[in-house]
Amino acid sequence: MAAGALLEVRDLRVEFDTDDGVVHAVDGVSYSVERGRALGIVGESGSGKSVSNLTVMGLTRFQGARISGEVLLDGRSLLDLPKDEMRRIRGNEIAMIFQDPLSSLHPYYRVGWQLAEAVLAHRDVSRQEAANRAVELLDMVDIPEPRRRAQAYPHEFSGGMRQRAMIAMALANDPKVLIADEPTTALDVTVQAQILELIRRLQHELDTAVVMITHDLGVIAETVDDVAVMYAGRIVERASTATIFRTPEHPYTWGLLKSIPRLDVPRDAPLVPIPGAPPSLINRPSGCHFHPRCPYVREAHTRTDPRLEPVPGDPGHSVACLLGPETRRRIWAELRAGLEPDRARRAAEAQETSA
Amino acid sequence: MGRYIVRRLLWVVVLLFLVSLITFIVFYAFPTADPAQLRAGRQPNPQLVEQIRHSLGLDKPWYVQYFRYMKALVLHFDFGRSYHYNVPVRKHILDAVAPTASLVVGAAVLWLVSGIAVGTISAVRRGKLIDRLSMGGALVAISAPVYWLGLVALYLFASDIGKVHIFPGAGSYTPITDDPVKWFTSLILPWIVLAASFAAFYARLLRGNLIETMSEDYIRTARAKGLRERRVVLRHGVRSAITPVVTAAGLDIGILLGGAILTEKVFNIPGVGMVAFDSIQNADLPIIQGTVLLGAFFIVIANLVVDVLYAFLDPRVRYA
Repeated sequence: MAAGALLEVRDLRVEFDTDDGVVHAVDGVSYSVERGRALGIVGESGSGKSVSNLTVMGLTRFQGARISGEVLLDGRSLLDLPKDEMRRIRGNEIAMIFQDPLSSLHPYYRVGWQLAEAVLAHRDVSRQEAANRAVELLDMVDIPEPRRRAQAYPHEFSGGMRQRAMIAMALANDPKVLIADEPTTALDVTVQAQILELIRRLQHELDTAVVMITHDLGVIAETVDDVAVMYAGRIVERASTATIFRTPEHPYTWGLLKSIPRLDVPRDAPLVPIPGAPPSLINRPSGCHFHPRCPYVREAHTRTDPRLEPVPGDPGHSVACLLGPETRRRIWAELRAGLEPDRARRAAEAQETSA
Repeated sequence: MGRYIVRRLLWVVVLLFLVSLITFIVFYAFPTADPAQLRAGRQPNPQLVEQIRHSLGLDKPWYVQYFRYMKALVLHFDFGRSYHYNVPVRKHILDAVAPTASLVVGAAVLWLVSGIAVGTISAVRRGKLIDRLSMGGALVAISAPVYWLGLVALYLFASDIGKVHIFPGAGSYTPITDDPVKWFTSLILPWIVLAASFAAFYARLLRGNLIETMSEDYIRTARAKGLRERRVVLRHGVRSAITPVVTAAGLDIGILLGGAILTEKVFNIPGVGMVAFDSIQNADLPIIQGTVLLGAFFIVIANLVVDVLYAFLDPRVRYA
């Protein structure tokens, strides 16, 4: 793994029992992020992206979840820390912001109070000092009139201001790692850009490592350095952000890219949704978990389970796909040219037989 | 907020007027007994009964009686005289308020403290042994009627008839102004008996609410901040989950202040409930009317207090 990684997750597995069977929520996920860098984790709901990060925070909601693997913060293993040690790290060294800022703030307490509480949880300061710090934090996230605003309740804030307040709360103790779980999903598009810009700015100013969890590739393009694409509890592709958009290797990533509008493809190229629904994490599809939804599936793919392997000739890029590298390159070339998945597959197959 | 309260108080007056009218009409529409007959004694002669009827004004049509009653009430705050005891109703009832208030307020403190404590622990230890024991106990307490629980308590612990002579039994109520210690000890059993079912109900209510609250996003935020679990539960969880408990407490206390008939009867406490019970047996309309009005007054005031309290508990609630 990368040297100097601040947060490193190794082979993380989270499973829990339900009445219907064992749910494999996270199935052997590894990633790392360095100081001052941002990692994006992309995937549909239920892909395990939130669960894996809540587990990093020690906040797994499921009673009796079985967790294995390793989470290292600055080389220190977090998963086997005593509860109180982990509590001292939460909100202090690793902080998190959530999807819906309205439901994530306590409706009965003033915003300034909630921020001060975060300070007091980890620092031995007076209430007055904590309150001052709260105002300072609100100022840092560009909330106008922070001293007056600190006295307001969350319902008196706009959506964007609430998320700013959440970010301020997360940064209260200068965390080394900031995990942002879909921070802009509940916001207007115009506000989204401001919030992303704010996170980006603070990441650089404070030299924080950021993990950005999202289903929105637009968010990824704007904010992160590296990307991990998750599907059914696993990482299926990992690369730098530029690479993910230029030469993606996994059919699921292609699907994601084809389902959003882009400026660099022909304007008449249709948007193509990924067919089907995310798989059940109890009875996962055999072989490659993506095979029931994959337009390029071959018979053998239903039996073999692909592993995340380096892409030949592209350092730092790995993919879990059973298609050959040549085939993948050809299909992507066709897709990029604006072909629909079916035709891209046939075109690639034609090239293969003629070659 | 001030205007809101004034408007609500005006409605209280209208409501109490309607309540008095309905009580009056019900009493006439469904007479239980002739008050004049009852007043006249064991062997009444018709002349005496007629005389009593006339002196009480019972020979007038009901609306005339009602008008007279309301006139005295509005102008002099006079609730009339008891048919049966021939004493002023106002004093007769107000004397009974202190015992009832002693009983109800003490019991409320007891049931709130125990209900909130048990509910919180049960919610946090959901499914564990202590939760099952608490909720099993709560079910028993809710199901046990006050008159049964009261008699069992007396049978076991009363200092006169009990198996173990610990607490003063029935009829030992002493006003707090006479002897605060006796007042306290005499009320221990009644408090426990009255509080039992309420405590159980509140524990279940809070437990359910708190379990729901603990899965809210803002609880996750509180944990993500690195707060101690104790603080997460009490300052963030219970703080939200307690709102309906406060509402229920306000209304329950309001209802009980109008007379805790069963508990007062079992322990022979001379409260409003006892007065109401007697007045019904004696067909003593002025007292019935007085206790009904007092009860209605406490209920509507309790409602108002709860609504105002709500605005303080939940900053999102605003009245105009």
